[in-house]
Amino acid sequence: MDRSRGIGGVTVDAIIVGSGPGGSTVADILTAAGWSVVIFEKGRNHLIDLEHPYRLADDFSNDEIKFINRHFLGPDPFLEPRTFRTGPEDGDHSFVGDVNSIPSTVGGGGTHADGKVPRFREEDFGLLSTYGPQSGASVADWPLTYADLEPFYADVERRIGVTGDAAANPLAAWRSGPYPMPPGPSMYGAVLSTAAAETLGYHPYPAPGATNSVPYDGRPPCNNCGFCAFFGCPIHAKGDPVAMLQRALMTGNAEIRPETFVSRIRTDGRRATGVDFVGADGVERSMDARYVVVAGGAVETPRLLLLSGFDHPLIGRHLMVHFQTIAAGGFADLRFHAERGRAVTHLHDDALVPDDKSRKAATQAGLPWMRGGIVEHGGPGLPILEAKLYRWGPTHKENMRRSPLRDRLWAFTMQGEDLPVATNRIDLDPTVRDVRGFPVARYTYKPHQHELAASAHHGPRMAAILEAMGAEWTSVVTSPGSIEGPGGRASVDAPMSRHVMGTVRMGEDPATSVADSNGRLHQLPNVVIADSSVFVTSSGYGPTLTLAALAARFATAMVS
Amino acid sequence: MPTWLTIDEYRTLTAVCERLIPADQTPGAAEVGVPDYIDGLLGAFSFDPPRIWAGGSFSGRHGGQPGFARFHCLTALDELAWRTRIEGSLGRPEREFNGLVVGLQERYREGLAALGPDFCDCVPDEQVLRLRSLATFTQLVYDHSCEGMYGAPEYGGNRDAIAWSSIGFAGDVEPRGWTDHEVSEA
Ligand SMILES: Cc1cc2nc3c(=O)[nH]c(=O)nc-3n(C[C@H](O)[C@H](O)[C@H](O)COP(=O)(O)OP(=O)(O)OC[C@H]3O[C@@H](n4cnc5c(N)ncnc54)[C@H](O)[C@@H]3O)c2cc1C
Ligand code: SF4
Repeated sequence: MDRSRGIGGVTVDAIIVGSGPGGSTVADILTAAGWSVVIFEKGRNHLIDLEHPYRLADDFSNDEIKFINRHFLGPDPFLEPRTFRTGPEDGDHSFVGDVNSIPSTVGGGGTHADGKVPRFREEDFGLLSTYGPQSGASVADWPLTYADLEPFYADVERRIGVTGDAAANPLAAWRSGPYPMPPGPSMYGAVLSTAAAETLGYHPYPAPGATNSVPYDGRPPCNNCGFCAFFGCPIHAKGDPVAMLQRALMTGNAEIRPETFVSRIRTDGRRATGVDFVGADGVERSMDARYVVVAGGAVETPRLLLLSGFDHPLIGRHLMVHFQTIAAGGFADLRFHAERGRAVTHLHDDALVPDDKSRKAATQAGLPWMRGGIVEHGGPGLPILEAKLYRWGPTHKENMRRSPLRDRLWAFTMQGEDLPVATNRIDLDPTVRDVRGFPVARYTYKPHQHELAASAHHGPRMAAILEAMGAEWTSVVTSPGSIEGPGGRASVDAPMSRHVMGTVRMGEDPATSVADSNGRLHQLPNVVIADSSVFVTSSGYGPTLTLAALAARFATAMVS
Repeated sequence: MPTWLTIDEYRTLTAVCERLIPADQTPGAAEVGVPDYIDGLLGAFSFDPPRIWAGGSFSGRHGGQPGFARFHCLTALDELAWRTRIEGSLGRPEREFNGLVVGLQERYREGLAALGPDFCDCVPDEQVLRLRSLATFTQLVYDHSCEGMYGAPEYGGNRDAIAWSSIGFAGDVEPRGWTDHEVSEA
């Protein structure tokens, strides 16, 4: 096997696996402290010129075919499938294909998320002490508190460039300062849905967003093109993780190697010594480093640990995927033009805070407590997605003109808290391989009774807001399945949410956790996990800002 | 001239697409160019670079340097994925690492043949019956027809962006975007 050297031909300080929000945050901090860093990214580079002056690329576009139908940002489910089963009763797997994949590309999922980046609440870090245990789930406190993380939340909000209004959400955790930017414009539908939500006693607010509302960091403000969730930003108004990667490269201390898959972390038994990787030429090589930072996302990170032969019994376990509940309503007299704006501009958090009604519903369901998640107001308005919902034939064009399922539809999506359950896990599929010949990640996942009960409770409440807005009909869907396999087949059981967490649990006790409160593997302290794999519980907020704040904390600990 | 389909197949496909998305007061799939979109996908590798991903950042329809027509080059792995998807695995080991793949070309060739050589000349009711009896193939063509209708014109369909204008959709709007007022008001 070839030996590859890092920058300047010497052993690098840190190898970072994955260039998404987690890996980029670490790269930004380590390179600023003078560390040499090589970032390995298995996906292609469509984000940034890798030569000085690191100009942002012009590959992104408002193109639904390219981004939604043709896997432009990867992973291509033919080259890199995943498998799914609800349990061993399904056999090795019941589905092969796209199981809630996040882009595999330079920038990871940050490039095409619509970037709602709220912080967690204080009690999210201490669920066991706040609410108590749940039978059949490993509810636990995090090994750190909100107060420990707050400075890092503030730090990454500045690095990324986050918009928001600190006074707008009475349910938000305390913060040490204002948002770096004011909120962008409200989408028309959200103007109506927030007003309706308020009349019913909810507390909607402008979603904290990783999209510029004013010029920031040399990048322009968002101009509301509407091709936001699932798309790269053609004008680079999204800060996450573009800003951090560009800054890391500008130091001269970082190198990004796209189309390069890290297949194994090498160790001498006590410490990691580097990684093996397969480049675009298909040749396997290795590189040494003082530290290995794994930020492949909560599916690929445990996969890499398992491919490396690491044997902690909890690796891959406690997989959590936000349990989505979608309420949609039809409005014959309104057109929402959701193709203008950032897909989602408002949230409300009320479902995360138990009230008398949800306590009663929990008791009725035989649960000690239950929580939902953030409720997103609206969503993207894309015509190909819409067209496929209608029947073919003479009604098709009339449907598209009237647009009952796009322009005259408004929806809420709740990203429900998913409890950590040890049998929900990522492991290596026994038969299915990726194109490079390595076993792919297999999901084994079933929701806990808590998620089903919370969904059943909150679904009708979201529908009631739509009725207060004047909806003629409403409908509630619970955790719809993922979309496409290699044969175009859909899986009804694999959850669709792209918020994946928990598979390399963090804690102080090596018997009940895999990583410590600085993200270091208990077994190999120079391997640092810098993504949502370390989450102990899932909360009901998008994971990205919290995983970036953790990555900042872990990187700061590395350099201090 | 079609790129990959035969003239007869192209004729049948045109009739199929028009049955799936027929014209009414606005143009249907045939006039909008949906068969060219599908033929362009089946024959994507007749072009260099292959017509898989249109370029960025802008189309030029709302300002900026037009870049969509400059298709992206594919890496070796992308070419493997897209050739396999389109041509099928054809018994080649590098395409069959997780089993055999039937390609789009074969599915279209067989599906169009199964509709019968007289499909174009059948009355609409008969065409509908035949399409219903081939539900899986019909669904495939419908999915592609939706893409060809409402996707970017650079892929061969949605000629002159006519399908977008017929539904009041502006299409790709960068670098103009939308003003705050246009976002927040009715
Ligand atoms: C449409 C969409 C909308 C979303 N919206 C939101 C939102 O509003 N709010 C929110 O909080 N979250 C959102 N998310 C989720 C968000 O994208 C993820 O939480 C975030 O990207 C995770 O960051 P990460 O750095 O941990 O991992 P990723 O972004 O997944 O990046 C990991 C990278 O590592 C690479 N990699 C993995 N394994 C290897 C390996 N072995 N070798 C080399 N490279 C490897 C991958 O290719 C990938 O590029 C959204 C996701 C999607 C898909
Ligand atoms: S809506 Fe704004 S941030 Fe999103 S892709 Fe368009 S310009 Fe970029």
